[in-house]
Amino acid sequence: MMETVVENSAAADSVLDNALESEMTLSMGPQHPSTHGVLRLDLRLDGELVLKAVPDIGYLHTGMEKLFEYKKYQQGIVITDRMDYLNPLGNNLAYVMAAEKLLDLEIPERAQVIRVLFCELQRIASHMVWLGTHGLDLGAMSPFFYCFRQREKILNLIEAASGGRMTPSYFRIGGLMMDLPAGFTERCKQFLDDFPEAMETFDTLLTGNTIWHSRTKGIGIISRKDAISWGLTGPCLRGSGVDLDLRRDNPYSGYETYDFEVPVEHDCDVWARYMVRIRECYESAKIVRQALERLKPGPIKANAPKIVLPDRDDMRKHMDSLIHHFLIVAEGFNVPPGEVYHAIEASKGELGVYMRSNGGPKPERVHFRGPSFVNLSALPDMVKGEMVADVVAVIGSLDIVLGEIDR
Amino acid sequence: MADKLEFFVEELRKKNASWVQDVRSGHGETTVVVGRDDVLDVCTFLRDEHKFDMLADLCGGDLGPEEEPRFFVNYHLFSTTHHSRLRVKVLLSEDDPNVASVTSIWKTANWHERETYDFFGIIFEGHPDLRRILLPSDFDGFALRKDYPLRGYEPYSLN
Repeated sequence: MMETVVENSAAADSVLDNALESEMTLSMGPQHPSTHGVLRLDLRLDGELVLKAVPDIGYLHTGMEKLFEYKKYQQGIVITDRMDYLNPLGNNLAYVMAAEKLLDLEIPERAQVIRVLFCELQRIASHMVWLGTHGLDLGAMSPFFYCFRQREKILNLIEAASGGRMTPSYFRIGGLMMDLPAGFTERCKQFLDDFPEAMETFDTLLTGNTIWHSRTKGIGIISRKDAISWGLTGPCLRGSGVDLDLRRDNPYSGYETYDFEVPVEHDCDVWARYMVRIRECYESAKIVRQALERLKPGPIKANAPKIVLPDRDDMRKHMDSLIHHFLIVAEGFNVPPGEVYHAIEASKGELGVYMRSNGGPKPERVHFRGPSFVNLSALPDMVKGEMVADVVAVIGSLDIVLGEIDR
Repeated sequence: MADKLEFFVEELRKKNASWVQDVRSGHGETTVVVGRDDVLDVCTFLRDEHKFDMLADLCGGDLGPEEEPRFFVNYHLFSTTHHSRLRVKVLLSEDDPNVASVTSIWKTANWHERETYDFFGIIFEGHPDLRRILLPSDFDGFALRKDYPLRGYEPYSLN
């Protein structure tokens, strides 16, 4: 009797050993809800432990970089909206600034301030989607609704100015599409006044929540050195203790004149990246408030009649405006030959545009360096040795958008 | 800023005069054209001696089938300490579009090089896993080459 028990338990042990020895391959995605789009991960598992993760991307590839070469410079702006669809104004800005660099255009003060204002509003909106979905992935459902309520308010502001919610195309080469609508400042101030209270809600729901702590602390660690080598940027890099923000270190659009802090955390884990983004929301709100104070009446388009579309009113009164309008729309404008790389601090990190012109009205090559693309490439390193459920947490903390990765 | 970038070019020349084939400046940016065989040495030198610790971007390009050399690869170097940017450029001919992989210097080059291979057919020697990344593995041709038509040669089917 005794012997059979021993034999049985030995047999059970050997079955268990074999089970742990055998690896399992799990295909996670592309329809998995926590992959934020159409990301597929090939996970090699030992039980619940991740031995290796291989991201498989490209399901949303639409050949945008090829398309740019067949469109005039001003037509390209519309394509950029569809890359990182949570941060379209950031994409617009990177693209138009690269073209403006090639054209040596000077942008009037008011247009610069409005650009900064909208980029920061968009950053908050993008972080709201990240916060809502990140919480949802880890089982916290309620923050999602509060986040989307805040985002809705920002989208309404963007819609008021540009007419579009998700695809505004508000920034144009040489300035803006049109000026702010009447009453915009008051609406924006109202949003800023209500915003801190909403942020406190998230503090109550997540930041002080012990379940949230145990799901995020010590998970998905990437060291400072690895983060730089993997080219991480934005909140992911600052979560690993690197004090780098292009708004401060490679300033553009007058960011050097605004007063804001760059949040840095040193824990290198999901929690650190969470805290960086939460603190960034407060800083962005601070910048928006400063931008509102700086809004002075003035032109919103550069003084370059052959590049910037004239006002409708001018077209009715002046023959040359009508001619310029016709030529810009029908033939486009020629951009001097050259190549530039312009990088901005988008909501997810460094968004770089490499633009090369051969002198014609269409670019010879446009390449987008998407922060999501680069940040995702570091995922295999971050999830190695973690549990399957933590993979979801790490993906959420990277804040990826597949539209930008696949382009 | 431009003076600072000139300094790095001078340092490169001082280290090895044969590295720098051409220098182009404009729009506040500096491009250093280096030979195909020197890429690894130049990048290692810039990373170790001049703190270009981050490869912000790597992208390829096609100047058109009638040009020689036809392809180029840009390495957009960035420093997280002194925040300068430098562009290192390599020109490649159509017959032999091979260049050494910089994945051993910056890990981030892995996906960038796969993307460049995917779209232009540029081979990065020494890359650990050089296969297509955005297009399907059975895709025919290199889509971002200038002689590849916008809509492809035939309707692509997933079957």
